[in-house]
Amino acid sequence: MDFMVFQYPMISVQACLDGILLGILFALIAYGMALQWGVMNIINIAQGDLVILGGYIAYFMYLYGIHPAWGVIVSPIIMFFVGIAIYKLVINKVVDRDLFISILATFGISILFMQLMNFAFGADVVLANSDYGTTMLFNSNVVLPNSKIFSAFISILFAICLVIYMKKSKLGRAIRATAQNARAAKILGVDTEKVYAATFGINAALCGVAGALISITFTIHPYMGLPYTIRSFMIVIIAGLGNLPGVAMSGMGLGVFEEFADYILGTEFRIGSVFLLLVLILVYRRFKLSRKREYLK
Amino acid sequence: MKINKIILSFISAAVILLSTSVVSFAKVVGDKIVLGAAISLTGKYSSNGVHTQNGYNMAVDRINNMGGVKVGGKTYKFDIIYYDDESNPKRAAQLAERLISQDGVEFMLGPYSSGLTKAIAPVTEKYGVPMVEANGASRSLFTKGYKYLFAVLAPANLYLDVAIDLAVEKNNGKGVTVAMAFEQDAFSQDVRLGVLDAIKRTGSKKVIDDKLPKELNDMAATLVKVKQMKPDVLVVSGHTKGALTAIRQISEMKVDVPMLAMTHCDAAKLSKQHGKNSQYALCASQWHKTLTYKDDFFKDGMTYDADFTKEFGYAPPYQAAESSAALLVFKDAFERANSFDQKKVRDALAATNMQTFYGNIKFAEGGQNVDKPMVLFQVMCDDGGKCENKVVAPTKWASAKLIHPIPSWSKR
Repeated sequence: MDFMVFQYPMISVQACLDGILLGILFALIAYGMALQWGVMNIINIAQGDLVILGGYIAYFMYLYGIHPAWGVIVSPIIMFFVGIAIYKLVINKVVDRDLFISILATFGISILFMQLMNFAFGADVVLANSDYGTTMLFNSNVVLPNSKIFSAFISILFAICLVIYMKKSKLGRAIRATAQNARAAKILGVDTEKVYAATFGINAALCGVAGALISITFTIHPYMGLPYTIRSFMIVIIAGLGNLPGVAMSGMGLGVFEEFADYILGTEFRIGSVFLLLVLILVYRRFKLSRKREYLK
Repeated sequence: MKINKIILSFISAAVILLSTSVVSFAKVVGDKIVLGAAISLTGKYSSNGVHTQNGYNMAVDRINNMGGVKVGGKTYKFDIIYYDDESNPKRAAQLAERLISQDGVEFMLGPYSSGLTKAIAPVTEKYGVPMVEANGASRSLFTKGYKYLFAVLAPANLYLDVAIDLAVEKNNGKGVTVAMAFEQDAFSQDVRLGVLDAIKRTGSKKVIDDKLPKELNDMAATLVKVKQMKPDVLVVSGHTKGALTAIRQISEMKVDVPMLAMTHCDAAKLSKQHGKNSQYALCASQWHKTLTYKDDFFKDGMTYDADFTKEFGYAPPYQAAESSAALLVFKDAFERANSFDQKKVRDALAATNMQTFYGNIKFAEGGQNVDKPMVLFQVMCDDGGKCENKVVAPTKWASAKLIHPIPSWSKR
C-alpha cells in the first residue's frame, strides 16, 4: 500500500487526468461492444484482438513513412470489411443461437486472430511514434503526453459522429429498430441480416480507430487483446446496453479507478483490480435482483 | 466380417509396432551426433526462439564444416532435431519427454527463456540427459541442485547490479537512491534480487519498488513517482515491452533521471524504434560484438557479427551469440570425454574451462557460467540521429566513456 497519491495533491490530479483520457479510449471500445451486444445479443470475446489488429494497420502505415495518425481513418475502413467478413463466415451462423455458443465462437476467433497476427507480424512488441510532444500543466507538475490528448479527442469525435449517424441515417434507424425488436423490424421490411452485418462492421471499425490510437499512445503485441476485452465488458456491464452517456461515464470512471489502484496498490494489481471490481459489481447486481425477486413474491 | 476384423487388427498392430520402433534411433547415428531441442518457433517468444535456432544452426554448420567432432579417433557431425514448443512450458516439457524417450536423443540443447528451461530441466534431469542451455538466466535454475544442466550465460541477478556499482562509483563511492520497476516474472524478479543485493552492499537506498504486470503497456504511475522522488538511478526490467514502454513514456513525460538502466534493449531494437529518445539509456547485455574474446571457429565478436549478418540478413542479438556458444561447449566436452557415455560427457561439461568468441565459460556447482561478466552498453546518437550501442562497463572492454548524468530533457 502506498498513499503517496494523497500526500502529493498534484499526483492525484495527474492520476485523474490520465484516468479520464484513458477511460475515454476504453469507452469507445466498449461502445462498439455494447452496440453489437444490444443488437445481436453477442458478447464478442475477440473485441480486444480486433483492437490490436487495428493497431497493426496504423503501425504498418508508420513503417512505410505515413504518419500513424492517418491510421484513425484508414484502419476503421479496413477493419469495417474485416468485421463484415467475420460476420459472413462465422457470426451469422450463431447470431440467433444461445449466448454461450456465440461466446465460444468469438473465443475461437480471438485465439485464431492472436495466432494469425503472431504469424504475420511476429511476436515483437511494436509502437508507432507520433512525435506529438507533451503538455505541461500546473508549473510542470502535471504532464500529459499530447498523444493521449489526441486519442481522447479522436475517440470523442468518433463517438459523436456515431451517435448522429445512428439517429439520422436510415441504417442507424434500422439498427435501433432491430435492437428493440428484431422480429417486428423484419416484418416492417428491415433486412436484419444486413443490419447485423453492418453492426458487426461498425464495431470492428470502432476497434480499428481505438487500435490505431493505442499504437500511438502505448504499445501493441499480438497477445495483448484480452485486457481490452475485459475492460470493455466491464464498462458495458456497469453502464448497460444502448446507453452512450453511461458508457462514457463508466469508461472514464474505470480509467480513474485503474490509475488510483495503480498508485495505491501497485502496478501489479492494475488489471487485477478491474477483475475485482467486475466480480463485486456482478455480486451486487445479483444481490439487488434477488431482493427484487423476494419483493415480487 | 470376421476376416475384415482380423485384417483390421493386424493392420493396427503393425502400425503400432512401426510407430514405436522406426522413430527410435539413437543419439549417434553413423557419423552423426543427434542433439534435441524444443524451441519457440510460434507464440509469444517466437522472435527470440528464431534467434536461438539461428544461433544453433550457424554453429552446427561451422563446426561440421571445420572438421566436426573427434571422438575415439572418428569424426562426427552435429545434427539437431527441433520441435516447436509454441512458447508454452507444458508443451516444452512434453516435447523434451518425446525427444528423449521416443526419438532417443541423449543430449539436449536448451529452449528460449527461463520459464521454458525451468519446465524442461526436471525432465532432462530425470533421464540423466546433459543439457547445455543458452537462454535461461533465472537464478532459481541454479539453486535446485540440477546435475545435468549447464548454462553458458551469466545468471539474471548479475544483469543490473553493475549499474548500481557504476552509479555509486560516479557518486564518489557514496550510496545512491534507486527507483526500481520490474515485471512480475521469474527473470525480471531475479534481476530485481540482484539489484537489491547491490543496494545493500553499497549502502544505497531504494525509494520506489514497483512490480509491473505481464500485460504491461503503461507505466505512467511509476514515472510520476520517479518525477516526485528524483532518484539517482532508475532501473527497469520487463522484457522488450518494458524497455519500449519505459523509453516512450520517459520521453513523453520528460522524466529527468541521472541514470537509466534496463534489460532487453537490443531485443527491443530500442534505437531503431525510438531513435534519439533512447539516447543515454544503459542496457545490460550478455554479449557485445566489440568484446575481445576469441575462438578457433568464429574468431571474434566482429567476425561473428559479420558472418551472422551475411547468413541471416540481420545483426545477431546476444540471444543468437550465446546459442552458438552452447554448441562450442558441447563439442569441447565430447572431445574431452572421448566418449558418448552420458555420465562421462556430463563430467566433462562440469570441468569445462574455455574461451569462446562469446566469452569465457566455466561452470559453477549449480551449472551457471561464473567466468563471464555482464556488460553494460549505452545508447549513443550522433547529430544526424544515428544511434549506436557502445560498451561503457566494465572498464576493461569499454569502447566509449559513460555519459553521466543524463542531460535533462530541457537541454536536449
